[in-house]
Amino acid sequence: MKHTLSVLLRNRPGALSRVTGLFSGRCFNIESLCVAETYDPQISCLTVVTRGEAAIIEQITKQLHKLIDVIKVNDVSEGEFVEREMALIRVRAEAGTRAEVLRIIDIFRGKVVDVSPNSYALEITGSESKIKAVIDILKPLGIKEIVRTGKIAMARAPKK
Amino acid sequence: MSKMKGTQAIIKCLQEEGVELLFGYPGGAVIELYDELCKSDIRHILVRHEQGAVHAADGFARSTGKVGVALLTSGPGATNGVTAIATAYCDSIPLVVLTGQVPRALIGNDAFQEVDIVGITRPCTKHNYLVYDPEELIPTLREAFYLAASGRPGPVLVDLPKDVMASLLTYPPKKPIKMQTYQPNVNPHPNQVEKACRACLRAKRPVLYVGGGVILSGANEELTTLARRLNIPVTMTLMGLGGFPGTDPLSLGMLGMHGSYAANMSVAKSDLLIAVGSRFDDRVTGRLDAFAPQARIIHIDIDPSSISKNVGVDIPIVADCKRALQAMNAWLDKSGDFNPREVAELHQPWIDQVKEWDDKHPLTYVEDGDVIKPQYVIETLHKLTGGDAIITTEVGQNQMWAAQFYKFNHPRRLLTSGGLGTMGYGLPAAIGAQMAFPEATVVDVAGDGSIQMNIQELATARECGAHVKIAILNNNYLGMVRQWQELFYNRHYASTVMEITPDFVALAQAYGAVGLRARTRAEVEPVIREALATKNVVIMDFSIAREEGVFPMVPAGKATTEMLLV
Repeated sequence: MKHTLSVLLRNRPGALSRVTGLFSGRCFNIESLCVAETYDPQISCLTVVTRGEAAIIEQITKQLHKLIDVIKVNDVSEGEFVEREMALIRVRAEAGTRAEVLRIIDIFRGKVVDVSPNSYALEITGSESKIKAVIDILKPLGIKEIVRTGKIAMARAPKK
Repeated sequence: MSKMKGTQAIIKCLQEEGVELLFGYPGGAVIELYDELCKSDIRHILVRHEQGAVHAADGFARSTGKVGVALLTSGPGATNGVTAIATAYCDSIPLVVLTGQVPRALIGNDAFQEVDIVGITRPCTKHNYLVYDPEELIPTLREAFYLAASGRPGPVLVDLPKDVMASLLTYPPKKPIKMQTYQPNVNPHPNQVEKACRACLRAKRPVLYVGGGVILSGANEELTTLARRLNIPVTMTLMGLGGFPGTDPLSLGMLGMHGSYAANMSVAKSDLLIAVGSRFDDRVTGRLDAFAPQARIIHIDIDPSSISKNVGVDIPIVADCKRALQAMNAWLDKSGDFNPREVAELHQPWIDQVKEWDDKHPLTYVEDGDVIKPQYVIETLHKLTGGDAIITTEVGQNQMWAAQFYKFNHPRRLLTSGGLGTMGYGLPAAIGAQMAFPEATVVDVAGDGSIQMNIQELATARECGAHVKIAILNNNYLGMVRQWQELFYNRHYASTVMEITPDFVALAQAYGAVGLRARTRAEVEPVIREALATKNVVIMDFSIAREEGVFPMVPAGKATTEMLLV
């Protein structure tokens, strides 16, 4: 089972490597990892996507809690949550296909962020499945490079 | 506020933390700190290898319950300490390890004697720090002591760049430490306590399975009270020995790979396993699906990550062991449902069954005329020290024989590397314990292999007047590995024969210590007597039965009921 954990940690040198070292040292899996400062510059938020049975996820959560730099661990995938990832995709765009690329990226509500005589760099944001759909559809046109951010996630606020 | 030099501030802070003794080895990065240290009233023990310094601090910590402190220089000084830091980490021993570091401007430059010790020790410390801002030096040190000793204890390393220690700083007033991200849960949840007590009153075949947490939290009295009033047998892990009196009729001794027959059978047949400060280590459980298969499990531990890590738990209690056991005893005091006589009678058939197992296969060994059996050495040591010595061990057969045959009645009397299994632990740890208790009898039970891993500390012992006794159970083998090879590898003794072993008596003399030798059974007692009466470091070299094994033994990966017996 895939889980998305949101980890708040003290924004200190080495804090990130404590987290990644914990995952590698205990053979926990990391599918993606994304980290940046929060509204409070003393605190970072790290989103990690991992895979494992319930007992493994429980261990991951407890072991993360044990790290002195970790403030809070939340398995957002336990409830309703929003998940987003951004990808920058450089795709071949020559005379015959430039319009086609623009049409595709428009359908997916993406943007062109860099232009060269024979390529476009596209910015696309969305869920994992959306990013995958974009990649699949652009593939025949010739993808030259992809850079992805990894996922960030936020639990949905209670409706009442 | 007036400014103070970093090195002076460190010494002042150590004094404030109650440090009277520390173990270390100087070098370029800490030379100024040594200059200050050796002007202060803190006693510094100069070891002969940095591993010895950290083990000695560990022996001090285990025997006293206080935080042990070691001071190492940068680079190789720090890396030499790593094995000993990992040793303390695996057994949750409170240490503060101070390491020198190159000046800040040189960090990351591959400078002379520079190593990223914070990076290296990240997975084997409870927490660690590189102090970059001089104003953070003292708050960091205080936090290190607090972290080391509180919650589930452990080693904390503080890396100190040379120029930070040389800086002028403001010495901040001491105030209570509050950490937003670290608040160990020490008090048990009352509902869980009640559930646990009721389970104990209902169970027909309960067993207490006790680990190092009982020693660390000083819960031995509460445990003894609980076990006796509920008439429940007690088995201990290696780390838990001494947490309950080993000579008490309710004691089953150690469980697990080299546990007693009665202990392993009891756990296998129990209907309620009460784990207190133990962590279901593989050396205890054997094959997991066959471990306590019929039992409901209560687990008291201060570390939530220990709970349901290896074995699913029915009634978890996240708390300090002492407080949890106090709460259980208090619940029983108040509860109208607890009738001591009824419970004692309910459990009596089970106690009788356990006794029957013990009578059938007691911990024993076969005497062989004049040949020295290692178990006999330990028994004699127990007899002549009144069971009251502080015993350190190395790792291997010597460790298991000591655990099996020295019946520990008190906590903090067995100092042994349980989790990591570090050969070379025993001698420096013995020095640490002897420095804490100058009048106590401290004996390192060693093998001829492991004693050579930190034998250089004989000089330390002599120099600081730690009159430790070393009992070498000498079989010219790396005995535990040899035993596995005998049983599981067709007696192919690959690299376990020590063809050249030093003359330990002569070696002792070379260090100005006393060397004694026993070659026959009859010589064992006089040698131990003489050693105990000698006010000096003594090596006792016992030539033991070469191929004696440690039994019972649960082969790796087997169920704990599948024991090989004597």
